[in-house]
Amino acid sequence: MHLVQLLSAIALAAFCTTAVADEFGDPVAGEEVFRKCKSCHQLGEGAKHRIGPHLNGLFGRRAASHEDFRYSKALVRAGTGGLEWHADTLDAFLESPRRLASGTRMSFAGLKKAEDRLNLIAYLRSFSDSPANIPEADPTASPTDHDLDPAILALKGDPEYGEYLSSECTTCHQADGRNDGIPSIVLWPKEDFVLAMHAYKNKTRAHPVMQMMAGRLNAEEIAALAAYFSALEQ
Amino acid sequence: MTLNRRQFIGTTAAVAATLSAPIVKAQGKPRVVVVGGGAGGATAARYLAKDSKGAIDVTLIEPTRKYYTCFFSNLYLGGFKEIEDIGHTYGGLAAGGVNVVHDWAVGVDRDAKTVSLAGGGTVPYDKLILSPGIDFVEGAVEGWGLSAQNAMPHAYKAGSQSELLKAQLMAMPAGGTFAMVAPPNPFRCPPGPYERVSMVAHFLKQNNPTAKIIVADPKPKFSKMALFQEGWANHYEGMVDWIGEEFGGGNVSVDPDAMTVTIDGEETKVDVCNVIPAMKAGRIAELAGVTDGNWAPVNAADMSTKADADIYVLGDASSQGDMPKSGFSANSQAKVCANAVRGALTGSKVFPAKFSNTCWSLIAPNDGVKVGATYEATPEKIAKVDGFISQTGESADLRKATYEESEGWYTGITTDMLG
Repeated sequence: MHLVQLLSAIALAAFCTTAVADEFGDPVAGEEVFRKCKSCHQLGEGAKHRIGPHLNGLFGRRAASHEDFRYSKALVRAGTGGLEWHADTLDAFLESPRRLASGTRMSFAGLKKAEDRLNLIAYLRSFSDSPANIPEADPTASPTDHDLDPAILALKGDPEYGEYLSSECTTCHQADGRNDGIPSIVLWPKEDFVLAMHAYKNKTRAHPVMQMMAGRLNAEEIAALAAYFSALEQ
Repeated sequence: MTLNRRQFIGTTAAVAATLSAPIVKAQGKPRVVVVGGGAGGATAARYLAKDSKGAIDVTLIEPTRKYYTCFFSNLYLGGFKEIEDIGHTYGGLAAGGVNVVHDWAVGVDRDAKTVSLAGGGTVPYDKLILSPGIDFVEGAVEGWGLSAQNAMPHAYKAGSQSELLKAQLMAMPAGGTFAMVAPPNPFRCPPGPYERVSMVAHFLKQNNPTAKIIVADPKPKFSKMALFQEGWANHYEGMVDWIGEEFGGGNVSVDPDAMTVTIDGEETKVDVCNVIPAMKAGRIAELAGVTDGNWAPVNAADMSTKADADIYVLGDASSQGDMPKSGFSANSQAKVCANAVRGALTGSKVFPAKFSNTCWSLIAPNDGVKVGATYEATPEKIAKVDGFISQTGESADLRKATYEESEGWYTGITTDMLG
């Protein structure tokens, strides 16, 4: 094996550790945690309201929105006020139900261990809509924080990496610089490119697709892209 | 020393990566065979040929000489595109160094590593990428079969079926009824049936304003539901009757000879009936033995199948986790796969998998909406990590910009796929 191949194999292995987004918790462990909830809440096929409402399709739903369940005034008020169930609000609620809805009838002290909550949330998530069927359904994993990864930081200025990343741009942006409906991004000065991408990343520049795409690129990746696109102009 | 799960995965991967040296052939180039020239297969073939700069021998097997994109075929039904606007040839791929073979792949010998063709002969491969799209589940809609697809078109593989459905739509009597039997999950293009309802409604509003549309749907909800329902109420008031699961939309049979649709026991005579049956992976995936049930399970990091490390499945035919079955998804998966396959065959750098998808839908002229997400590879699946969706009540200017964006995307992706 050549040294280059060995290095790329090591780089590949390093990527494997970072490309894994498993911060969402383990649904199998979450099923164990759910035993604490079971006496009041049903889940899964044929689940019905019991002491508490059933928890199918929970993610993305407004709090207290089952018309056929009698909620506490506190939870109804929270729902009217805009509380929706997502991973973050569930995490806060499960840690301390009364924190989000003082006066909720859910007489449960809360799960103090963050890991228990993450696992339970992952388990609950599997009983809501799949993004494969309803693309707008809630995420099922947390994004990887590439910024923290030295293996990727080491890629600074790699035009090959920039070229790979650019393949995501060319699904929409036309490589020949045509400008119909979606703006051209070829022949941009490098600095403008970097500025624009960071502005999307921190959401000061509006456009949901670009905010999403730039949001998961770190500074080095944006630099690699800028390097690639600027090299194109020569 | 104790290892947590993350470290353990990293260690295993390091060992595996160190041991699996790239395939360097004593003589001749490594060979990749791609089956299916849609959004997944065409993209994979093009990127492999382009990025390997001739170091990999790439063959694309695709039976049709002209490819009609499923995406934007609803806009053809609505009168926003001509059929030729969505038709593409494979000349750009051939010019880009892909050996394009117009034939059906009818079998895969995984031991000999060959693909057999309907026209005779076999093609050897080192890596095989299957991107066959969808086929329909037999008997999924009572009374409907492939022999009935002229009376009741599916129009869910674009081309002659789209033209047939459009002709039937144009021939509908005044005040007639257009019925759609919507598919169960999972299926190609989650917003597709509902964009189609919108486009049919637009056509009818212009040409046959007293006509009605009924949709029998086995599902309780669908993608962009609030956006479509808002649009139907605003643009096509009283025209669309969507019958979901709750009202028996899943209890459907059809009679193609009598042109009737029976929904939850109630028979209706209709003038056009668009049956979109339950779907499964294109047949070659099953013939290759890489399916489990209706779809082919794949590893999220590189789209290799769980059944065979040298066979990859892209797009609609794969079962990968959270990505919707869409042309955009297939194109995104193809780039990740091409990068991994090229790395395995030539030792080029393999970068981490990044997936994304955006689905635009047109509700009425200049009323476009979109939903999109980004995804990452986890050990279990491709998992959604972020996303957005158009909101109800958006300004007309924003909706117009969204539609124009979709037109730009169409040019972008077809160029990205086909050169």
